[in-house]
Amino acid sequence: MHPILKLVAQRIALGVLLLLAASVLIFAGTTILPGDVAQSILGQSATPEALANLRRDLGLNDPPVTRYFNWLGGILQGDLGTALTNGRDIAESLGVRLKNTLFLAFWSAVIAVPLAIFLGLLAVRYKDRWPDRLISGVTLTTISIPEFMIGYVLIYWISIRLGWFSSVSIINDGMSLGEKLSSIAIPVMVLTLVVLAHMMRMTRAAILNVMQSAYIETAELKGLGMLKIIRKHAFPNAVAPIVNVVMLNLAYLVVGVVVVEVVFAYPGMGQYLVDHVSKRDVPVVQACGLIFAAVYIGLNLIADIVSILANPRLRHPK
Amino acid sequence: MNEELKQLSTRVTKGLMTRREFVGRAAALGFTAAVANSMLASAARAEGPVRGGTIKLGSSGGESTNTQDPALTASEVPISNIYHWGEQLVQVDADGSLNYRVAESVEASADAKTWTFKLRSGVEFSNGKTVTAEDVLMTMQRHSDENSQSGALGIMRGIENMKADGDNFIVELTTPNADLPYLMADYHLMIQPGGGIDNPGAGIGTGPYTIEFDEPGVRHGFKRNPNYWDLDNRGFAEFSEVLVLNDATARTAALQSGQVHLINRVDPKVASLLDRAPNLSVQSAAGRGHYVFIMHCDTEPFANNDLRLALKYAMNRQEMVDKILRGYGSIGNDFPINASYPLFDESIPQRAFDPAKAAEHYAKSGHDGSPIILRVADGAFPGAVDAAALYQQSAQAAGIPLEIKREPNDGYWSEVWNVQPFCASYWGGRPVQDQMYSTAYLSTADWNDTRFKVPEFDAMLLAARGELDNAKRKEIYSKMAMMLRDEGGLILPMFNDFISGVANNVGGWEIDPSGEMMGNKANIKCWLNA
Repeated sequence: MHPILKLVAQRIALGVLLLLAASVLIFAGTTILPGDVAQSILGQSATPEALANLRRDLGLNDPPVTRYFNWLGGILQGDLGTALTNGRDIAESLGVRLKNTLFLAFWSAVIAVPLAIFLGLLAVRYKDRWPDRLISGVTLTTISIPEFMIGYVLIYWISIRLGWFSSVSIINDGMSLGEKLSSIAIPVMVLTLVVLAHMMRMTRAAILNVMQSAYIETAELKGLGMLKIIRKHAFPNAVAPIVNVVMLNLAYLVVGVVVVEVVFAYPGMGQYLVDHVSKRDVPVVQACGLIFAAVYIGLNLIADIVSILANPRLRHPK
Repeated sequence: MNEELKQLSTRVTKGLMTRREFVGRAAALGFTAAVANSMLASAARAEGPVRGGTIKLGSSGGESTNTQDPALTASEVPISNIYHWGEQLVQVDADGSLNYRVAESVEASADAKTWTFKLRSGVEFSNGKTVTAEDVLMTMQRHSDENSQSGALGIMRGIENMKADGDNFIVELTTPNADLPYLMADYHLMIQPGGGIDNPGAGIGTGPYTIEFDEPGVRHGFKRNPNYWDLDNRGFAEFSEVLVLNDATARTAALQSGQVHLINRVDPKVASLLDRAPNLSVQSAAGRGHYVFIMHCDTEPFANNDLRLALKYAMNRQEMVDKILRGYGSIGNDFPINASYPLFDESIPQRAFDPAKAAEHYAKSGHDGSPIILRVADGAFPGAVDAAALYQQSAQAAGIPLEIKREPNDGYWSEVWNVQPFCASYWGGRPVQDQMYSTAYLSTADWNDTRFKVPEFDAMLLAARGELDNAKRKEIYSKMAMMLRDEGGLILPMFNDFISGVANNVGGWEIDPSGEMMGNKANIKCWLNA
């Protein structure tokens, strides 16, 4: 077996193990939440019979280990159960929300990632001169302002004053791609501004770090242009840390944007999870938790594999 | 009424003048905003409703856990939803009168214990089935069942027996209650085919719309039911949508940029600023909800009525309305009833801020002068902590030392309210006086949060409940109000308004005290002017 394939297989196996561990944590966490689940669902006025019925239906009388494996078994077969609060199939309602979350994350990433890397390269090219300072200044400002504030400011100018885009980003399957993009335009701008600085600064730092190396000096002495040096010699060697920070930000775009979802009434997973936590709808919380964990682990896995592939030393181990 | 005003109102309905300009001109002619607004509503009706279009409401109070089951409905969005597809036997109109829906009329026995609802003939559910008394009976039975977890369970408890008899639905009560039809107007009691027992969230009823799409926590869409029995008065828009906008700024932005036509819960702090926007107006409706400070009448030092009176006189009510509600409300009079209730007695004298009288009662109470502890939290009502600080100042002016103890929001309703002897709180109001008094001022009430236990008061409440002569009832209620005002543990500085944002092209808007958004019926009663 090729050493790289082996490495990748190892990483994936590790990722799966990690996900299992996360599932145990999620299950344990929701199980030890204070209070009886049946009681918190039915409220104070519940009769003892109703409580007993619900406990039986939820399988709360079984030992936790049995319940865990029943739950896990269901998930492995694609069955996430039904929501306790409104009796809907979780996989179905969650699927719609997940699709929306990924849609918003995807378009934000499509704009933010290339822009951040480009700005990072530009900052290196004009290091310590005004373009560098301007880029750093602006991106650091936007990351320092809370995202809801940026959202409100953009809504005021772009939606209310100029009337270009909608301030309510409720999307649905009946809309064309163009309509969807138009309605998520402002949240995409907000998210781009929020994640830009982190990735840009990391790109800048990683490349500057590489620029100190002797082989860059050699390239300079060969008479190569600055941008060519960055592109052909510095960037490939700086890819690993950049990919890591990009993946972290992508994970944030998927799992951490509940505030932006609220401001724009975007039907993503964050709001869905928060609503169900406050109503103690445990199966939904578990399903959301597992999906968020999977996204995080998956993206970090990709970052790992890319760094391995990008590093000749790891690619050709002795 | 004034000819000039009439002419002006026609201009508004034709879109030649904005609503706010009109109110301004009306004020110049010497009319209050309330008169001007009602004038406008009738002018709009005279102009005639416009059919068609999609009317959109941006509303707070929606979660992804919501269902269409009326039994489980508790917040603004689901209440608006069920009014689209469902109707009760009766509803309560903006003026407090009964509006017969599935029932055509109601008759009481002489002792007000047996009530007979005659059903309207030929009313159909949206699935084509004709409404029968059996459907009504099964609906009521479902809400009487503990397992349904219905929010109307408390109402159903007073019912001894129900039966269906031909076109009649008959209710027999354990004790006489002249307000029973008002109780049947509770929004949980939407009539469903077969009582909705098989599928409570199906959204099938006798309302003007049917569900088109249903995405809890995001949006709900409805289309007009062509077979609705009362299309002359409701269901003007072809489509109706409720968008869940829980963020206050998101709501105002959506209204300003024209993405919705109606929004609820405009923050009083921004209401007057929002009203300056050219394409909309801010509408406030005096409601029955109120913000209160409550004392336990059975706990020292509040067991002394002179001290209670001192604290009541030390309250600067106008300041509360001006600074806490920013004018979007009205002053209270230490009993939980206002002009929004049927049978309200206007002649009860208004208590005013009077430091001299407060000091006099305080001296008479013989209180030792140690600080009186007032417990408050942000969650008690919007602006509660500020209101307590203002109260402390006005009490200081009367020489009464108040100490404010700020409590955490978390656990306020279980640890402080109804437990501690003096704290801030709020009430949402009830459709009729009897229900309000029974909920919180009857000696035996669970939520008697002022520990007001006066047998005489209880007797009057029961007497009024069984009294079918409205003049006599009004008299009893007036006496009860006076008793509560002068002896109760309730300090009621203000009634809060419902503040809504309404786009200028919305027709048919009316001031309705029964709840937000015209009692959650704005979508089905308003129309969009072209």
